[in-house]
Amino acid sequence: MTDPTVAPVLLIALPIVAAAVVLLAGLRWPRSGWPISLVALVLEGGLAAWLASAVFGDSGRLVHELGAYGRPGENEFAVGIELVADALSATMVGLIALIALSVLAVTRRAGPRGVPFYAAYLMLIGGLMGVSLTGDVFNLFVFLEITGIATYTLVASNRSAPAAVAALKYLIVGTTGASLYLLGVGYLLMATGTLNMADLAATLAGEPSFVDGPMYTDPLVLASFAFIATGLFVKAAIFPLHTWQPGAYDEAPDGVTVAISALVSTIGAYAFLRISLSVFTPAFFEATPIVATVIVTVASVSVVAGSALAVMQSRIKRTFAYSSVSQFGLVVLATGIAVHPDAGASAAEAALIGAVIHLVGHAVVKGGLFTAAMGLALDSDARTIDDLAGLGRQSPVLSAAMALLGLTLVGVPPAVGFLGKWYIVIGAMNADLWPVAVVILLSTVLTLAYVARLFEQLYFTPAPSGDEAGAEAPADTSDDHAMAADGGNSADDGTEEHLSDPTPGAPFGVVAVAVGAAILAILLGFAGAEFADALEPFVTEVLGQ
Amino acid sequence: MTPLVDVLTSRYAYVLFALLLGIGLYMIVSSQNLVKKVIGLNLFQTALFLFFIASAYLAGGQAPIVHHGGKEATYVSPLPQVIVLTAIVVGIAVTAVALALLVRIYAEYGTLEEDVLREVRSDD
Repeated sequence: MTDPTVAPVLLIALPIVAAAVVLLAGLRWPRSGWPISLVALVLEGGLAAWLASAVFGDSGRLVHELGAYGRPGENEFAVGIELVADALSATMVGLIALIALSVLAVTRRAGPRGVPFYAAYLMLIGGLMGVSLTGDVFNLFVFLEITGIATYTLVASNRSAPAAVAALKYLIVGTTGASLYLLGVGYLLMATGTLNMADLAATLAGEPSFVDGPMYTDPLVLASFAFIATGLFVKAAIFPLHTWQPGAYDEAPDGVTVAISALVSTIGAYAFLRISLSVFTPAFFEATPIVATVIVTVASVSVVAGSALAVMQSRIKRTFAYSSVSQFGLVVLATGIAVHPDAGASAAEAALIGAVIHLVGHAVVKGGLFTAAMGLALDSDARTIDDLAGLGRQSPVLSAAMALLGLTLVGVPPAVGFLGKWYIVIGAMNADLWPVAVVILLSTVLTLAYVARLFEQLYFTPAPSGDEAGAEAPADTSDDHAMAADGGNSADDGTEEHLSDPTPGAPFGVVAVAVGAAILAILLGFAGAEFADALEPFVTEVLGQ
Repeated sequence: MTPLVDVLTSRYAYVLFALLLGIGLYMIVSSQNLVKKVIGLNLFQTALFLFFIASAYLAGGQAPIVHHGGKEATYVSPLPQVIVLTAIVVGIAVTAVALALLVRIYAEYGTLEEDVLREVRSDD
């Protein structure tokens, strides 16, 4: 057990086995889901730490050949599936393990609970780990679909009908995206005859003796990249392929939104980063410069459109959902800059580090924001931005967490949002892509616009008095609201929650995770140099410097 | 004219693949009925299976079970077949989840037509 190359296998197998255990144990002990999940995910955290210490320590890149089929000859393709852990995968594994435990804390009291939820949730974690660790493009598809199926069921897990509609929309769009990815994989297989990422990169570069030179300009390879990129853009919710995402985030149970906003689209963006850099490699983009330009353009549109749509929303969760469209646009944008033929070595390196920092930072920030929004919804039933009026006084801790995380999202130094944007802008400027810097500035201003609205409501708008609340409340609010409004004055607002809800306000887990995310977002902002150091092996490997 | 006939006679599986892909995608995008959208999704995936199988076809090829010493025969690549098997399983799982969601939607709204659904939901 001292060989760390088994860690990737255990990281994937453990949650999937635990999901089956939860289902079986749930037949006998219906309340056993939480403890089993907790044990599994704590072990998962330990495995992630073990993997990270090996990868960032002296082992470097870890490869595990499933089934140990090996290679028939020195220069021949791998027969079995390989699991690969490098600096980027280890970072993602750590992030997933951390957020997986946080979501467990969030849903402990506030729900959703129950055996089916925990089983689907553990499957989701297993799928995410698989996407992060696989070294095989078809295996990546399978894990993307495991992640997808788990997410569809989780979105619909509170059995509400609007959530089912949102989940079905997500399913149809998401599966079409995954199928497009599979089509791209098929083209790659036809062009090269292998599915292993490392072998693909070597074959595309023309290394094996049976190919005559690099295949980068082969129409089959170009079409393959187009299909793969489109499929993964659907998964990462890049404008205009984001249509599934706001509905799914908005209608899903609050605890599920935290998990999927922090992890699911993140893994789509990670897959794009991985395929672009480790399979197609910067040499592909150099051979056909228009590809990088198209990526940068599409991502720039996503960055601006996501922010603009976020400003127009009135519901809190929808605002944050559209904001994710913009943030994942930034990650893809940074990837586009990193592989852009005009970018020099320093520009590419800065953009790549910026992409990874922003990917990790966004997961922490957006997970925290949705947790804070969930807490405020539990405290005062706040669902729209107008509902937030005066909550800075009523729920000071959650409001402060939301405000801090909002500022992080804008990119106020020294938090992590600033750090990621800083690296990306440096990369864009060094690559002489000035319009991109303008796009990022524009998106920052728009982000400021919707975060400022949150601030205004939280801290500078007085809470409505009881009568106003009753008059403004839409027809669908429950009876206890109307009763409280009838009963009169603003002093009753506090007791109203006690009457309607046996567990008043946000449970401790929700508050702790929201505050923890805010603190982590700021701490990570100081870790720029450490991030850059830790990613150095990956950057050197993919950029070949 | 001749190249077209040539493609149709020698590469008809790929032509069929492109047709199925297009029909599936068209159903997903244009159909108002949610069940038909799911059927379109299945058709889309089936097109992919056909593509993989067609790409693995080899005239006179044998199943890739290599006996000791018998290396002179022509074998087909097992990889596309395995991919299709896996993709079929994934497709079934996705369809099962989709149908479960459809049952839930129908129980709540009493319709599977997208435009009716939109009206019902805006009335809520």
